[in-house]
Amino acid sequence: MKARIFVTLKDGVLDPQGLAIQGALAALGFSGVESVRQGKVFEIELADSRDAETRLRAMCEKLLANTVIENYRVEVLGS
Amino acid sequence: MKSAVILFPGTNRERDMAAALKCATGAEPKIVWHGETTLPDVDLIVLPGGFSFGDYLRSGAIAARSPVMPDVVKRAGEGTLVLGVCNGFQTLCEVGLLPGILMRNTSLKFVCREVKLEVVNTQTPFTRAYRPRQVIRCPVAHADGCYFADDETLDRLENEGRVVFRYAENTNPNGSRRDIAGILNERGNVLGMMPHPEDLTDVAHGGLDGLPLFESLAAGLMEKAA
Repeated sequence: MKARIFVTLKDGVLDPQGLAIQGALAALGFSGVESVRQGKVFEIELADSRDAETRLRAMCEKLLANTVIENYRVEVLGS
Repeated sequence: MKSAVILFPGTNRERDMAAALKCATGAEPKIVWHGETTLPDVDLIVLPGGFSFGDYLRSGAIAARSPVMPDVVKRAGEGTLVLGVCNGFQTLCEVGLLPGILMRNTSLKFVCREVKLEVVNTQTPFTRAYRPRQVIRCPVAHADGCYFADDETLDRLENEGRVVFRYAENTNPNGSRRDIAGILNERGNVLGMMPHPEDLTDVAHGGLDGLPLFESLAAGLMEKAA
């Protein structure tokens, strides 16, 4: 089965990369972009769906996200 | 004094670290591969600089989950001294021995230059050979050195004397909160710092400002043995 994990910066954590991207968008003429926050997406395939959500959340807690600065969201996509 | 320097794939500063330790202590450190699960019997464990695992995921994140790290955490809990420099500092934060995290420099640039450091706390096993509030020269070389922790954590670090080094004279190279360059754990036996004291330990380096850190360690551990 497949799953997708989104790791994003918590509110209030400075994101200089997001700011640089926001500046580049403005330079390209995209007006009205009020904020850009950069994050990560992980596409994961599991051999079976047993306890998938629990296992995926454990992966986030132990490695994929650093919860000092990042939030995560797990999306189970089915097989 | 017996010391071990841990080598991860992508570590590249272990030789400079070994040379500084040899210079201050007279003994060659043991170089320990990250795949080992038990460290030798040592007084000091060093995580040197470099780009472990290519800085993939987050700097130090994968190194922090290496087979050797549970024993590093265990030894730290028993009071063994642990020093992490640059990528070693990032790894110590990722493994949870130190609070906070090192994020991308606010300039988004890799910064390789000399900065000024204030030795904020000289009552530590790492800094006793410095004078209180002494300002030293020290090189930095990193892309992810912006120290971040929440306000409560920063207040606690400051109030407990756990901010050991601060960027001085407006030389903060990375946007670190409150100019923090190096911090201690609660027990006071684990130090992480972004600048490279091992890079100023020989006259051929152009200065000796980093040497007192290694001399502090050597003197303290000799006292302990005596």
